[in-house]
Amino acid sequence: MKSSEPKTSSASDFSAAQKTSQLKETFRRLCQNKAALVGLIFLIVLVLLAIFADVLFNYQATCVKQNIAERLQWPSVQHWFGTDEFGRDLLARVVHGSRVSLSISFIAVAFGLFVGGILGAVAGFFGGAADNVIMRVCDVFLAVPMMLMAIVIVAALGSSITNLVIALAISSVPTFARIVRSAVLTVRDMEYVEAAKAIGVKTGGTIFHYILPNCMGPIIVQTTLRIAATISNTAALSFLGLGVVAPRPEWGALLSGGRNFIRDSGYLACIPGICIMLTILALNLLGDGLRDALDPRLK
Amino acid sequence: MGKYIAKRIAYMIPVILGVTLLVFFIMHLAPGNPAQIILGENATAEQIATLEHEMGLDQPLLVQYVRYLGDLLHGDLGTSYSSGSSVTTEIMARFPYTIKLTLVAAIMSLVLALPLGIIAAVKQNTWVDNVSMIVALIGVSMPIFWLALMLIMLFSVKLGWLPVYGADSWKSIILPAISLGFMNMASISRTTRSSMVETLRQDYIRTAYAKGLSKTTIIMRHAFRNGMLPTITVIGLEIGQMLGGSVLTETVFAWPGVGRLMILAINARDTPLVMGCILLMTVCFSVVNLVVDLLYGVVDPRVRTMYR
Repeated sequence: MKSSEPKTSSASDFSAAQKTSQLKETFRRLCQNKAALVGLIFLIVLVLLAIFADVLFNYQATCVKQNIAERLQWPSVQHWFGTDEFGRDLLARVVHGSRVSLSISFIAVAFGLFVGGILGAVAGFFGGAADNVIMRVCDVFLAVPMMLMAIVIVAALGSSITNLVIALAISSVPTFARIVRSAVLTVRDMEYVEAAKAIGVKTGGTIFHYILPNCMGPIIVQTTLRIAATISNTAALSFLGLGVVAPRPEWGALLSGGRNFIRDSGYLACIPGICIMLTILALNLLGDGLRDALDPRLK
Repeated sequence: MGKYIAKRIAYMIPVILGVTLLVFFIMHLAPGNPAQIILGENATAEQIATLEHEMGLDQPLLVQYVRYLGDLLHGDLGTSYSSGSSVTTEIMARFPYTIKLTLVAAIMSLVLALPLGIIAAVKQNTWVDNVSMIVALIGVSMPIFWLALMLIMLFSVKLGWLPVYGADSWKSIILPAISLGFMNMASISRTTRSSMVETLRQDYIRTAYAKGLSKTTIIMRHAFRNGMLPTITVIGLEIGQMLGGSVLTETVFAWPGVGRLMILAINARDTPLVMGCILLMTVCFSVVNLVVDLLYGVVDPRVRTMYR
């Protein structure tokens, strides 16, 4: 017993050291990819802006309170992004809008990943009837283009932020279920999984401690790309009037409001669109970079 | 091959039935009474109850679903709440417009994407490759509806060259098709490039060069055909995306297609019409996927032998 104690501790030290070095190695390789690094820095800045939006711009004073005397002013030193039809500062609304757009997308993707991940892991690990049932249900969901599925759910539940999150989350569950299932299938017959089963690790423990950590690569990449798609879909649904509604600022809703002034105040439609595009671009660059950094063939 | 096609069509049936079940139940979660919507605010409780009975809305949901399915098998998608006419007739009047728009957008994106992807792969790591891939990356990141607005701003408002909305002349389709096809062009060219880069490194390409074949023959006959499979997969997926994207494009440009009809139906809470639009798009998406699967066999003889 005495002799086994130092052994266990050294094994766990080794495992921890390896985990850290693997993370470090992935990060080092990610940093070598300049485009991915630019994407990552852009996203960090954006997330910080979203978090500290209230510190930078008072929500009530800049995003809600109308100031008709300053309506539809083109970008200037005083208003970097100009003002909208109610005289509200567009920069403040874009910064607060980033909070809404990002949080909707992150929550929806997190939910989709959680539910889809569990379903995919169960389908891949157990196979047989469970796999068949879960995958056939996913086939039904995937037979409807994601955007249309989200539209149908929001149309049925009504326009609100909660319903928008539900719609986007539900429509991303089948994609995650498929990705996780195929990732689980690649590792479930590995010797270390057999070993875990042989030493009596329970099914849940085997899935969460041995299988999922070893197939995180494709899941992380897919999550990044999925957030990009969800930001686009959030904006699209709000643009159609099925998502976030005025006066709450959200990038798609801002764009939708701006289209009525396209003739004389084109910046109102232009600037929110650029924000959406740059964010999706940054996520795509990061996703591509992560894919390369996590691909063992490119080591 | 025939057996495979039959098997794939047979597989489509339960999936489409599943979609009808899913959409039917989701749409019935919608608050509000259809009879009330049809009769308006001033209808009495008695009138509403009579209409509910006539429409079978007082039946359990499962009974309503089975009846819907029975009608569907006879080509009857129900009656629109807002116009009172047949959903099939309404959709079929709009469907040619969506097909026309999707086809023009798909052809346009393919005509641009394939040469762009091939040139980028052949001229790998040159400025041509970098520029085409930056364009592609921006393309996949650009929201369809924003591009549509920017095109309107430039070509309709500033330059006055093309109409802002409608489907009156051949000019009307140019901007909707560009906005719908640009994103697909970008992702198809990215996929074509990466699969061509991989194919161009194969031994048989080196052999073809060693045999003294011309570069064009090697690229088009040896590399392109072998590198087509991932591209075909993406084309199939992108046409599905286009069906989703057509909702946005048709709304921005007031294009009288099924996508716009669906948004109008959602705003009017016209459940049968929404269901009809979704079903039609789902069937189209499934058929496109089937065609893509069959194209694998046409392009790749190895896949063809698997069917035998």
